[in-house]
Amino acid sequence: MNRTLPVRETVLFSGLLVAVVLIYLSMGSAYSTRMLVEAACYAILALGLTIQWGYAGQFNAGVMGFVALGGFAAMFFSVPTNPDFWNTDLPGQLGIVLLMLVVSIALVFVASRLDRVGLPKRLRTIVTVVLALVLYLVVISALREVTGEIESQAGFIGGLGLPAWTGWIVGGALAGGLGYFIGHICLGLRSDYLAIATLGIAEIIKAFLKNSDWLTRGTATVSPLPWPTPGPSELGFTLSRALYLSITAVLIAVIFFLLHRAYHAPWGRMIRAIRDNEVSAAAMGKDINRRRLEIFVLGCILMGIGGAVLTSFNGLFDPQGYLPLNHTFLVLVMVILGGPGNNLGTIFGAVLVYIIWIMSEPLALFLMQGAVTLGEAWFGWDAPSNLDSRALQARVFVIGLLISLVLRYEPKGLIPEKVPEHD
Amino acid sequence: MNELVFFLNNVVVSGAVAGSIYAMGAIGVTLVFSIMRFAHFAHADMMTLGALLVLALTTLFPEAGLAIGLPTAIVMLPVAMVITAIAAVGIDRVFYRPLRAHKVKPIVIVIGSLGVTLMLQGLIRLFAGTSAQSLYIAERKAIFRLEMPFELASRPVIITEPQVILFVLTLVAVVGLHLFLSRSRLGKAMRAMSDNPDLARASGINTDTIVAVTWIIAGGLAAVAGTLLSLDVAFKPDLSFFLLLPIFAAAIVGGVGHPYGAIAGGFVIGFAETLAVFNWSVLLRPLRDSFPTWLELPNNLALVGTEYKIVVPFFILVAILVWRPTGIFKGKVI
Repeated sequence: MNRTLPVRETVLFSGLLVAVVLIYLSMGSAYSTRMLVEAACYAILALGLTIQWGYAGQFNAGVMGFVALGGFAAMFFSVPTNPDFWNTDLPGQLGIVLLMLVVSIALVFVASRLDRVGLPKRLRTIVTVVLALVLYLVVISALREVTGEIESQAGFIGGLGLPAWTGWIVGGALAGGLGYFIGHICLGLRSDYLAIATLGIAEIIKAFLKNSDWLTRGTATVSPLPWPTPGPSELGFTLSRALYLSITAVLIAVIFFLLHRAYHAPWGRMIRAIRDNEVSAAAMGKDINRRRLEIFVLGCILMGIGGAVLTSFNGLFDPQGYLPLNHTFLVLVMVILGGPGNNLGTIFGAVLVYIIWIMSEPLALFLMQGAVTLGEAWFGWDAPSNLDSRALQARVFVIGLLISLVLRYEPKGLIPEKVPEHD
Repeated sequence: MNELVFFLNNVVVSGAVAGSIYAMGAIGVTLVFSIMRFAHFAHADMMTLGALLVLALTTLFPEAGLAIGLPTAIVMLPVAMVITAIAAVGIDRVFYRPLRAHKVKPIVIVIGSLGVTLMLQGLIRLFAGTSAQSLYIAERKAIFRLEMPFELASRPVIITEPQVILFVLTLVAVVGLHLFLSRSRLGKAMRAMSDNPDLARASGINTDTIVAVTWIIAGGLAAVAGTLLSLDVAFKPDLSFFLLLPIFAAAIVGGVGHPYGAIAGGFVIGFAETLAVFNWSVLLRPLRDSFPTWLELPNNLALVGTEYKIVVPFFILVAILVWRPTGIFKGKVI
């Protein structure tokens, strides 16, 4: 392989740098640093998706769910403890319910093994299902009672008061566990199933977080979330955000380095072989489903971490703030525009798309205002009052159009994946 | 007996309503899959598009239904079906056919269909705003109260006009689809292409026509389902993500690529949802006196709360994927 100066990358990244500098000059440093931190968080999410979609060809349509799960972990671990909850007998009651849950799961598991002691299989299935149903109803009604008590007496159970980074790690672990569950079911089948299942689980996680007032305060939202670095009250906006940015930058650098090594290692070659020709990879003795599961879980872990970092930075945990558009499709556009399978391209895409996304909000409002002024002047059009929210809907359209156009005209992205050729 | 009437109202009627709507959506999804081999994520937005067109037409001519004695929305439905069908064919020409021509993997077309979803959502919300609107503009929703012929039942079974129309239209659509697929030349060609596209092409079937016909059927049915759903409740521009999961679950439960299976799957999902959110302690209440004293019945015996309704289709989807990925009617495994 001859090493030449990567012209395309240099030009694209210089352009991006110029854009960032222009934004710094025009919007002020506090705003621009915030934008960069958020773009960096999105870059972690995009790296997670680029592993799944770019390396392995798995399409995850529920990034939002993993982000929300990571955000929940960040909130739960870092928010101070709630004495109204811990000083009553409520934790004990909640513990009893959890114990009931564990015992029930064990009982159902035992029932599902009853055929080992000579019960007919059909009878075993019936016994297991009926037992599971009854125990489920018992546990869920006990849980409803306790959670109702918690909501009325203490509001919500509060956090654990630990440093924020513990929440980030647990967020990644939770998202990975969920990814294992979904991947275990869907990865043996065609990739469409994975898309459907992830889309569904994302909505379910959001519904759960939104309605579990005892755990997350639901629509009342939790704020402020502590940062792992000194907050704006101590250092001022720019400096504290810059500190946070440096943490995310270190995170990205570590992830990037590890992914780079993995991609060029035999493991990465194996993953690409499975993506490009499953049959021959299987014939070479590769355990396809296991590798797929590995990579899916890995991607989900990154999404969980990214979501946790993003939520901590926002300082606000609002389950309703997780939207498919902002947290699934935006990430998808970043990956397919930047270059699926190319880590550098993915980071480039993340920063570029996020800048466009942030700047499009005032632009959409401006265009809509212009259209209204013209409409009123020329046709006497009576503009609807909720115009601002409608103008923002135009961004939904643009994201959709962008996905279609990229798939059609630039399917490999701006910085395509470089598959090394060996003669 | 009032408890039984409550059961009829909350489970049988609403389950049949949800089932009919899911079934009509799932037929479209399953047909698109069997002909073009990809999961069409924009289907729920096509349903919303159909309902939006009906809303627009009803707003323009609010009195049109009075002449015939049907709700105006129903009178406008055929027009909306035609427009939605044309839109579906157009979307395929512009967005999906180039991708197919490039011979991309099916999952790339799935992503393309997500792009179309977002575009449709953006357009729908741009025109309709984000709030819910009723499709009954000039008239009122007729409600039929069926008195039960039992002495103990004092409450009536309640069925509304759009629900009756929905049941009739579902029946018509199912019978019509059956006749089309089994009797007509085009329908047989569609089945041939679903079974083996290469062989169908080799035996002189015009695949472009088949693709267009598939989109016309899918778009038409989507418009019907979306309109009737909106008539039954209200027009909401952001239905789609909540409809997608039940519809796909219905198509997969019935066996993908299997139109009759999709109908069955739709009803399975519809009834499963209503059964799961039904509060069973209502039915047990008359028997309460005969229970032993140690058994204290909680007030709420629903399997899941209404806010977690979306868990039900997901759970069924997972169960079917684990135990029988081909679906109950032995469809294809996608």
